Amino acid sequence: MRLRRVIITFLVIAPLLTILAYGFFRDPRFIPSPIVGRPAPPFTLALFNGEKLSLADLRGKIVFVNFWASWCPPCLAEAKELEATWRELQDRDVVFVGVQIQDAEANGRKFVGEFNITYPNGLDSSGRIAIDYGVWGIPESFFIDPDGRITYKHVGGVGPAIVAAKVGEARQKIVSAKEGKGEYQPIR
Amino acid sequence: MTAAIGHTSILLALLLALWGMAAPIIGYRTGKAVFFTATRAAILGQFALVTLGSLALIYGLVTTDFSIQYVANNTTRATPIYYRITGLWGALEGSLLLWEWILIIFSGLVAWIYRDRHRELMPWVLMIFSIVSAFFLGVIAFASNPFATMFPVPVDGRGLNPLLEDANMMSHPPLLYTGFVGLTVPYAFAMAALIVGKLDEAWIVTTRRWTITAWFFLTMGNLVGAWWSYHVLGWGGYWAWHPVENAAFMPWLPATAFLHSVQVQERRHMLKVWNLSLILVAFSLTIFGTFLTRSGVLSSIHAFSNGPVGSIFLAFLAVILLASFGLLAYRADMLKGQPQLDSMVSRESAFLLNNVVLVSALFTIFLGTIFPLISEAVAGTPVSVGAPYFNSATVPLFLALVFLMGVGPMIAWRRASWDNLRRNFLWPAVASLVIGLFAFVGWIRDFLPLLGLTLCAFVVASILFDTALAVRARRRLAGEGILRALATLAGRNQRRYGGLVVHLGIVLIALGIAGSMSYSIEREATLGRGETLAVGKYKISFQGLRASEQPTHYRVEGEFQVSSNGTNIGLLAPALKFFPNQQSPVGRADHRSSLSEDIYLILSGFSELEKNRATLKVLVRPLVVWIWLGGAVIALGTLVSVWPMKKLSAVSVQQSAIPELTTDG
Repeated sequence: MRLRRVIITFLVIAPLLTILAYGFFRDPRFIPSPIVGRPAPPFTLALFNGEKLSLADLRGKIVFVNFWASWCPPCLAEAKELEATWRELQDRDVVFVGVQIQDAEANGRKFVGEFNITYPNGLDSSGRIAIDYGVWGIPESFFIDPDGRITYKHVGGVGPAIVAAKVGEARQKIVSAKEGKGEYQPIR
Repeated sequence: MTAAIGHTSILLALLLALWGMAAPIIGYRTGKAVFFTATRAAILGQFALVTLGSLALIYGLVTTDFSIQYVANNTTRATPIYYRITGLWGALEGSLLLWEWILIIFSGLVAWIYRDRHRELMPWVLMIFSIVSAFFLGVIAFASNPFATMFPVPVDGRGLNPLLEDANMMSHPPLLYTGFVGLTVPYAFAMAALIVGKLDEAWIVTTRRWTITAWFFLTMGNLVGAWWSYHVLGWGGYWAWHPVENAAFMPWLPATAFLHSVQVQERRHMLKVWNLSLILVAFSLTIFGTFLTRSGVLSSIHAFSNGPVGSIFLAFLAVILLASFGLLAYRADMLKGQPQLDSMVSRESAFLLNNVVLVSALFTIFLGTIFPLISEAVAGTPVSVGAPYFNSATVPLFLALVFLMGVGPMIAWRRASWDNLRRNFLWPAVASLVIGLFAFVGWIRDFLPLLGLTLCAFVVASILFDTALAVRARRRLAGEGILRALATLAGRNQRRYGGLVVHLGIVLIALGIAGSMSYSIEREATLGRGETLAVGKYKISFQGLRASEQPTHYRVEGEFQVSSNGTNIGLLAPALKFFPNQQSPVGRADHRSSLSEDIYLILSGFSELEKNRATLKVLVRPLVVWIWLGGAVIALGTLVSVWPMKKLSAVSVQQSAIPELTTDG
């Protein structure tokens, strides 16, 4: 009798827990990006060195765009490796572009100085570029093929192996069906 | 170093919590009392260690130790010191630590206050505290560590979420957490009573003040949250039925039901299973609310990460629900044999009805909150139910509650006679109908606000009438003056009169909600410098824009001269705040309150080029101020009911005795 009551109680509670557990099989933030496989949104970025960089001028090259902020732990973690990868790939028709978002420019300059980053970097002060690319967690990286089409998107830290592989795919204009995900910091 | 001290103290506290879970069981098996003493020592030790850990994090925040990830994420060098401290609850990791800290303060207080009492229950009460504490410590230590370090150390931090840079955020989370955590006390006593099988009224009587106190903090936490939403979010509302608001509000419903229905158990030994269920549900809902809002299962500004925290919370919720209700089902035999209701017209049935209404409201809100999950599981697409669902489903329930507030405290126990009903309710009913009629003739023509006003009047009239009768009796009996008679009455029956004052506070809140829901005016316009917008009796003239550099942000204010019926009521300056670390600007509304209505200005935008053009949103919201005044009245009522009055009245008797002696002499 007692046991039966306990079992009935459990059976009443179970469906509720199941519904809640179901919530974990989805991530309300993680919606497949509609821009992968499409032409990359154009932008012009004011660089820290005073020059202006326009995405349109980079047609014919493979472009790696990386959104970051100086306060973001996974961005700090990958900074050194990205610079090393850039030095390895820069002579092969590849351009790296760092876009600093939700941050103060002075902190960005210090960041770039501290890690001796040599590829072009600049602040997206209005947040316009981040909005166009649908950035929701940083670091967030996009690979753009010579035709100006986005071939791959990666949210979170991206290692040198993936960068090299995806640059190779962009060269062959192969669009990845799946987006990558590493450790990231949600933006506000 | 700071991080190491903090993390180590959390790990040591976790070990003590695990020991505190095991000790009572070992004590029970071996029969050695020393293990029960050890249970208490485990709580006090956790108290010391968690306090050390929390102070370590506060120290890290205040000294902007950016080697700690949490600090880098929630402060900047420019952050003023008070916002550095409130950074403790600015994000998930720190707020869990704050929760644990408050929990262990409560546990320590309970362990200390009852060190010589309830010898049979206490080891199990403290075990429950240790279980809850071990859960939070485990999450803090391993899944959501506020002491995680980062290298290289960033040059500056990211800063607090700009929405949290507000004075109310200093009080809202601690108040709400104190309310949530406070419910652990009656829960722990209820579970201990179930474990031991000692299911008389002892646990209820012991936890009465704790429950009222927890309820009070829960109420205040919700009201301050509403206040913050009204002042900071800048949409002119104070309640949006957002999942996170519902999560904070839901435990309030069974806690309120519990405060009423325990009186039935104390007097009539009825509703034992029901009362236990209510407190188990209330406590489970505090964990559920945190799960819901922090796990990211439903998107929210309160959802901070999608790490493993959500699934751990769900597992803990499962343990709590299954263990609590499993035990309740197991013990159900011992809870039977309660007397039946004598009559449907009695205080018992009024309280029962109040419980049914509160639980229905809980069910309605619960269903609405998790509906997106259900619909996605069943139909594949998440469908959110919005404010209209919640309003139309709960407004009738809350109106019924207001009515019951007028009936419950006055109607007789067991069986109300016709005479009793006539004596207590005839005049209040007549008075409220007259007021309702006046309101109808005067200005209110809509049904729901009119009904709400009449019911509120009924509650106030019945409380005043009842108190007046009691004061008259005291004056006849003891020859006391009115104030003295009131003090005597409140002192003799604190819970009753404290409760009545709380009811008056709820009535004020109900009036504020009814007024602002039904009769708000909203207008939006773009104004050039010197132009004037008329809204109702107000004239708002635009004086110009002003920009200023603040410690953490850049601020653009619009200055508006406001007059009401031709009388100047001052300059209002709604602002937009631009944070470097934030994509879009954060609004800061400005408003003037009066007892009849608020005028509320929102700066929605301004034109960069023509500099002095501003887009302004104006809201006129009647009676909002009564919501906050109601909160103050509730605080007063709670004080009346829990204040340790006996000593006070003894002192006042002594004092009043002295002049009598001297005149005699």
